[in-house]
Parts: sequence; C-alpha cells; structure tokens
Amino acid sequence: MPLPPTIPFIGITWADALFLLLGGVVLGSATLVVLGRDIIRNGLMLILTLGALAGIYVVLGASIVAGAQVLVYIGAISVLILFAIMLTQSKSASAQLNFQTQALPAALASALIGILLAVALGATQWGSTVYNDTPDPAGTATAAAVLFGPWLLAFEVASVLILAAVIGGIYLAMKPAESEEIEA
Amino acid sequence: MSMIAGHLEPYLVLSSLLFSIGAFGFLARRNAISMLMSIEVMLNAVNLAALAFGAFMPTLAGQGVAFALLIIAVAAAEATVGLAIVIAIYRNRKTPLVDEYDAMRQ
Repeated sequence: MPLPPTIPFIGITWADALFLLLGGVVLGSATLVVLGRDIIRNGLMLILTLGALAGIYVVLGASIVAGAQVLVYIGAISVLILFAIMLTQSKSASAQLNFQTQALPAALASALIGILLAVALGATQWGSTVYNDTPDPAGTATAAAVLFGPWLLAFEVASVLILAAVIGGIYLAMKPAESEEIEA
Repeated sequence: MSMIAGHLEPYLVLSSLLFSIGAFGFLARRNAISMLMSIEVMLNAVNLAALAFGAFMPTLAGQGVAFALLIIAVAAAEATVGLAIVIAIYRNRKTPLVDEYDAMRQ
C-alpha cells in the first residue's frame, strides 16, 4: 500500500519531515562534536553527524554519494579517527581545559560566518528548480557521465593523490629506526 | 507540495550553519584530533552545498555528485596524512594539545 502524500495528522510531506529530522540531528550532533568534553564521545558524535548527512544526501537524490559517505567517512575515516584518539590520549587529557584562550573570539567569528553565509545563500535568487517531492533519484547515470567525461583527469589525479597519501601516512606513522632515534 | 525539502535554500542554510560549527571547532579546540574532526565537519558542509546545487540547478546536473565524490576522496587522503602527522608529533612531544607544540616559537 502506498504511503499517503503527507504524514497523517501533521500535514507535512515525508521529504520535509525527513529533512527537518535529519537536519536537526546533524546540527545537534555537530555541536556536540565541537563542544563535548570527552573526545571519544566527540568521535562517536562525528559518526552520527556523518550518518545523518548521508540521509540528507538520499533526500537530495544523491544516493551514490550517500553510499560513498557511509563507506568512506563512517567506515574508514571515523575508525581512523577513533584509533588515533586511542593512540594519543592520556587519561588526564579530558580533565584539562578543552578550549584555547581564543575560544570566545572564535565563537563570535564563526557565528558571524554562519549568519552571513546563511543570509546570503538563503536570500539569493538562484534560479533553481523546485521539486514537488524529493529530487529525482535517477541522477547517478548523469553523474557518472560527468565524472568519467569532463572530470576524468581529476578522477585519475585523485587516485594518485590517495596512493601518495597512503604511502606518506605509512612513512609518517612508522616507528623511526634506532639510528635516527639517537640523532633526534 | 513540499515546502522545505523541495527548495534549494534550506539545504544551503543547513550547510552554512554546519560550516560555522566546524569553523568554531577548528579555531577553539586545543586537541589536534578535535581540530581534524572539525575539518571533516566543514568538508561535509561543503559537500552538502555542492550536492544541493547539483540537484536543484538544471545546468549543474551531475556536477554536484562528481564534485562531492572527489571531495570525499581528498578528505580521505587528508585524514590519513593528518592523523599520521598527529601521531608522529605525539610520539615526540607526548601531548595531543596544539598549544604545547611551541618548539619553533623559541
């Protein structure tokens, strides 16, 4: 049985409800990422932020990016960050002060950035299309034609960049040899 | 008729709020890994804006997805190298707090 066009008794469409719910989760958990005291919980909240953003990408009709988000961000980068947290945190670290002395000016500056961007981007007439429901999910074929057409060089450069980053990461995280350690 | 999710502007407003949250975290946190997490939040805000433009501007159809996928690839490379650098510094200085990395100030 098909879903009714709007949520019963509330009267907003499903896409709107999903956007509001996921957007609220994104903003709330991102705030906890930057404000929370315990850094392990910051990392877990980052996973929640990225997952809710993947949901918003689905609402936008970009299901291929949502899949890549879950695979790369949640599956790889978050795990890497959690490992790095476990490798670098001492027990006293979370008891110390979390913020720099410049935290108040930073808050003012970033609030200014956010308000300026939100007003400027939200008030501009972009000449964009308006969808009755969620955007067309069949955009993957178009995106593939773009990615492997005019963007092919960037795609190949990205693969070389990832290879270089992997080699560089291994080299940087490698334990230095005994002779180098004595020099340092 | 979808009042919110069918328009471009709500996505852009959400993206700019997310970007400012990430910018605050990058400027204000003392822990190097917290700063890297804030960078990831900012990159995701940019991704959201790119995808919204790609979905709602007819002339940019497909471009947003291609752009976002490339940003994800670059973010993966950045996270790898950044965390490796943090771990290498931690091995020398025994602290993850960036305001104690002051060897070049003296």
